Amino acid sequence: MSERATITSLFEQVAREQQRKLSPLSDDLRLLESGLDSLSFALIVARLEDKLGYDPFDTAESFPVTFGDFVRLYESHSR
Amino acid sequence: MWLWGSLTGSGAPPSGCLLGAGARIDLATLAGASSLGGGLEALRGRCVLLAAGDQLTAALALIELDGVARRMVLCPPDLSAEHAPAVMRDSGADAYLTDAGAAAVPGLAGLHVSSGPALQALGLTRRRSHDTEWILLTSGTSGAPKLVQHTLASLTGAFNAQEPPPGPVVWATFYDIRRYGGLQIFLRALHHGSLVLSSAAESTADFLARAAAAGVTHISGTPSHWRRALMSGAAARISPRYVRLSGEIADQGILDSLHRAFPRATVAHAFASTEAGVGFEVRDGLAGFPAALVGAPGAAVDIDVTGGTLRLRSAGNAMGYLGAHAPALKDSDGFIETGDRVELRDGRYVFIGRGGGVINVGGLKVYPEEVEAIINAQPGVRMSLVKARRSPITGAVVTAEVVLIEGAAAGAQAEELLKGEMLQACRRHLAAHKVPMSIRIVPALEVSASGKLVRPDA
Repeated sequence: MSERATITSLFEQVAREQQRKLSPLSDDLRLLESGLDSLSFALIVARLEDKLGYDPFDTAESFPVTFGDFVRLYESHSR
Repeated sequence: MWLWGSLTGSGAPPSGCLLGAGARIDLATLAGASSLGGGLEALRGRCVLLAAGDQLTAALALIELDGVARRMVLCPPDLSAEHAPAVMRDSGADAYLTDAGAAAVPGLAGLHVSSGPALQALGLTRRRSHDTEWILLTSGTSGAPKLVQHTLASLTGAFNAQEPPPGPVVWATFYDIRRYGGLQIFLRALHHGSLVLSSAAESTADFLARAAAAGVTHISGTPSHWRRALMSGAAARISPRYVRLSGEIADQGILDSLHRAFPRATVAHAFASTEAGVGFEVRDGLAGFPAALVGAPGAAVDIDVTGGTLRLRSAGNAMGYLGAHAPALKDSDGFIETGDRVELRDGRYVFIGRGGGVINVGGLKVYPEEVEAIINAQPGVRMSLVKARRSPITGAVVTAEVVLIEGAAAGAQAEELLKGEMLQACRRHLAAHKVPMSIRIVPALEVSASGKLVRPDA
């Protein structure tokens, strides 16, 4: 599964668990307007680390603002 | 000393204002107007539970009731209806205050006053009759809050000794002012400028836009608040002179990110706790604090490290805990043990977590025992250990390791089923930040010679 597909399915899974209404995941969607809170993002990042084996926030220059930024942060780390 | 007296001590009315999400109050108007709907004198000498949802309402009540009430109990907005009656009992409260128009709260007793930023004529001169105690709430092992006893003197000690900042100061804080970190900023702002209050109903971007419109110069929050602000893409709207972090470990990553986002600002991280007060502020941009602060002679705060744990003694310490079975707060030397574990590395103490396994999720404390009690009550569970996992978003998240009763689950599928039931139980009984992000079934957990679970530093 691609990073994008893994990330998308985890956003959906965590939104269900946290009973939050997730906005459609387009690349220009701002993360803080996605319907998820900080705790949800913390859960997504931890589960991505379990699945992919890395946490790109350790070395990131800046925090992702949009969903597209978030996906690119993971894609650029895996290359 | 009393708050209104110190704001008007120079003879001139206070010049600052409080900016809520929905209303703005110039402090000078409080000389002749009140937010308490005529209830000010009825609350004199009483112990008042401040249970308003709105921060501006709570802020006004704090200004009006200091020197008037015997005690003010600052309820944070997330105080559950389940715990409110116990807080009322343990604090001896005989009155409570809610937002204007709010109905009487079931489970609360005594005089009910409703309050809000729509001011009414005061009709009398403000006067001081009591040394008001300020009671702050902090989380406890069982989930019920602990009541921490302060005075205006202990709360303002950390900055009264300092020179006021030069020029006009507009503060903003992501914190709720009913928590220690936010209350510090509220009291500073009253004495040295204005304050933009946050609102739970407002997005981070909208709050930053409001702070920018007010010309914010000084702004504070936890590292998790700041990570969220950086993720909002709206941080560039403000250009503060001073950026402050407290309430969680400020790691080098978040300090560097804030330096990049606000190159003209002083980025300072402070250590403070509800019980021990403000310990110190570090402005050199590096995580941790210089070892020279420990045992420094003549300092306003005595800082000590014993057994790898930070201890503080100062006029900013709380007096004690309230309640029938309250534990002692200070040791025989008058120090408060903060529970924060530190390690000396190259002349600097760095924070490595908290003793007793206490987990800090985005500035909210989680006692592992509280989560373990829920898991241990599930069928098939022998014992469990709840611990922290590092998170670049909230500092930490909660995870659990569980030992099953022999034969409780035959095969992986049965184990998954049990794990699902444990998580369901946690979600039913606990706030979202306390629910483990994952549960791992383990064959055994380490138990010490004294029969206690061995807890790693969280």
